[in-house]
Amino acid sequence: MNMSQVVFVILSAIALIGAVGVVANRNLFRSALFLVLSFVGVAGMYILLEAEFLAMVQLLVYVGAISILIIFAIMLSRRMMAADERALNEQWLIGLLVAAGLFIILVFVLLQVGGSWPVAEAEVMEDSISQLGQALVNPDYYLLVFEVASVLLLVALVGAVIVARER
Amino acid sequence: MQVPLSWYLVVAAALFCTGLYGALSRRNAIAILMGVELMLNSVNINLLAFWRHIEVAGGTLAGQVFAIIVITVAAAEAAVGLALIIAVYRNRRTVIVEDVDSMKL
Repeated sequence: MNMSQVVFVILSAIALIGAVGVVANRNLFRSALFLVLSFVGVAGMYILLEAEFLAMVQLLVYVGAISILIIFAIMLSRRMMAADERALNEQWLIGLLVAAGLFIILVFVLLQVGGSWPVAEAEVMEDSISQLGQALVNPDYYLLVFEVASVLLLVALVGAVIVARER
Repeated sequence: MQVPLSWYLVVAAALFCTGLYGALSRRNAIAILMGVELMLNSVNINLLAFWRHIEVAGGTLAGQVFAIIVITVAAAEAAVGLALIIAVYRNRRTVIVEDVDSMKL
């Protein structure tokens, strides 16, 4: 194993430990903190994939914004996880079987075709961030997607305010 | 680039299935939302891994743009979802999804 593979194993361990902590923790607040850990691990993976802009967006949006939003929602709806209350519903065993089965199928398929996956030899272009910015505002590339995303964000903003407003 | 593509895909599959289990089995609506966020994250790992291993050779950036759009949608989803949860909590004093069943036949 070389250096980047070691880093990858560490980062994926962080992400997976965080994910397991999210689903296994009875205490919702601790789940949210484990979620932050998982997001940070994923952001490290983005850096390893040489998508630095996405790593920063991950840190800002997920770690900075979404997790804070989740923690706020947890605090605004207190009481809910009283100590004797069940955290899991009756179908948790079926859910576990479905998730484990899906994972086994996915890994099986990946191992079947694993040898034929391409290995990247090409280097990432040096100015990939500025290219990304230009592609997002170029009508020949992703300008429409960009505009639709901004409309979506506006609609979500207004919708969230209206839904959560006190009447 | 020494980390094989299949490693990323296996880790993303594990993350996705963990999130799926969380979304299927938790009773608390916020915990379900956290499971969905985990699943969206694993999808993003897949998109960027495929971008790095396949698309970079062509010099384009569709994988990164896809990932940005997924993050945008995830942010919108989290905002609206949590607003819904707070509205439900305000009306019914619960965030347990099984107790919110007035639309059930």
